[in-house]
Amino acid sequence: MELRVRALESILSEKGYLDPAALDAIVQAYETKIGPHNGARVVAKAWSDPAFRQALLDDASKAVGTLGHVSRVGDHLVAVENTPDRHNMVVCTLCSCYPWEMLGLPPVWYKAAPYRSRAVKDPRGVLADFGVSLPKETEIRVWDSTAETRFLVLPMRPAGTEGWSEEQLAELVTRDSMIGTGFPKTPGAPS
Amino acid sequence: MDASAAARATSAVSSIPRDDDGPVFRAPWEAQAFAMALTLHDRGVFTWPEWAAALADQIKRAQAAGDPDTGETYYLHWLATLEHLVAAKGVTTAETLSRYRNAWDHAADRTPHGKPIELTPADFE
Repeated sequence: MELRVRALESILSEKGYLDPAALDAIVQAYETKIGPHNGARVVAKAWSDPAFRQALLDDASKAVGTLGHVSRVGDHLVAVENTPDRHNMVVCTLCSCYPWEMLGLPPVWYKAAPYRSRAVKDPRGVLADFGVSLPKETEIRVWDSTAETRFLVLPMRPAGTEGWSEEQLAELVTRDSMIGTGFPKTPGAPS
Repeated sequence: MDASAAARATSAVSSIPRDDDGPVFRAPWEAQAFAMALTLHDRGVFTWPEWAAALADQIKRAQAAGDPDTGETYYLHWLATLEHLVAAKGVTTAETLSRYRNAWDHAADRTPHGKPIELTPADFE
């Protein structure tokens, strides 16, 4: 399907009927309306349930598959966990190696070549552009999606959320925090 | 985006899958196909009543041919309608569409994973 859509898009754009950037803008407007978008639930469950967290880190595809409501996550999903010592971020150039079933649409910048090359060379600088600053001693690990492997960053659970339900926790999980270019929201901060 | 353009589309084409806020999609390509129809409509290529009629025809034909009608195939019909209408309206021809589809297939086959798929003149040969 994707290729049929691309074929049509390239013809229409060559003939001046549409501008690919304008098309992207429309699609981005629906980014939260595409796919089941259940990554936040997966992360919230991992924060609340140590056994699930372990299962997720051992075999993310299998762990996500055990949640009945999550469909079609695809094979070879790998969850990488952020800790005080290590921050993970994910890069890839292709929409198709992005776990959109869980995260919704990739942001436009994610597909851009400059993001990908800079993320590998200068991850700290890219993170700074996103307003993310990490302690100097935190190692930054960049994961490049290869073959059919897709990555999901398991961010650190925000402080001050003791006793929160999974539903409450899921509200804090942002898309960018699951790519590693952001943090979960802070409890009490305006969203 | 002009949200009212999408709102006009969803009210003119009542079958579009939606939630309380507007259209919902099962995959990124579905949203791209939706966005292309919005764009072509805004360019005056077709009116929403024309679109709705062409889409209804497409769905009827598919169901006659055994489409399960579960809603999962909605945007397949949507895409087929786009392809049909752009040819019917003289924007392009069925022949060009099939040439581009083959070229994209070729480009996807030769592109190693992890590299962006790009169309080159050689893909048309």
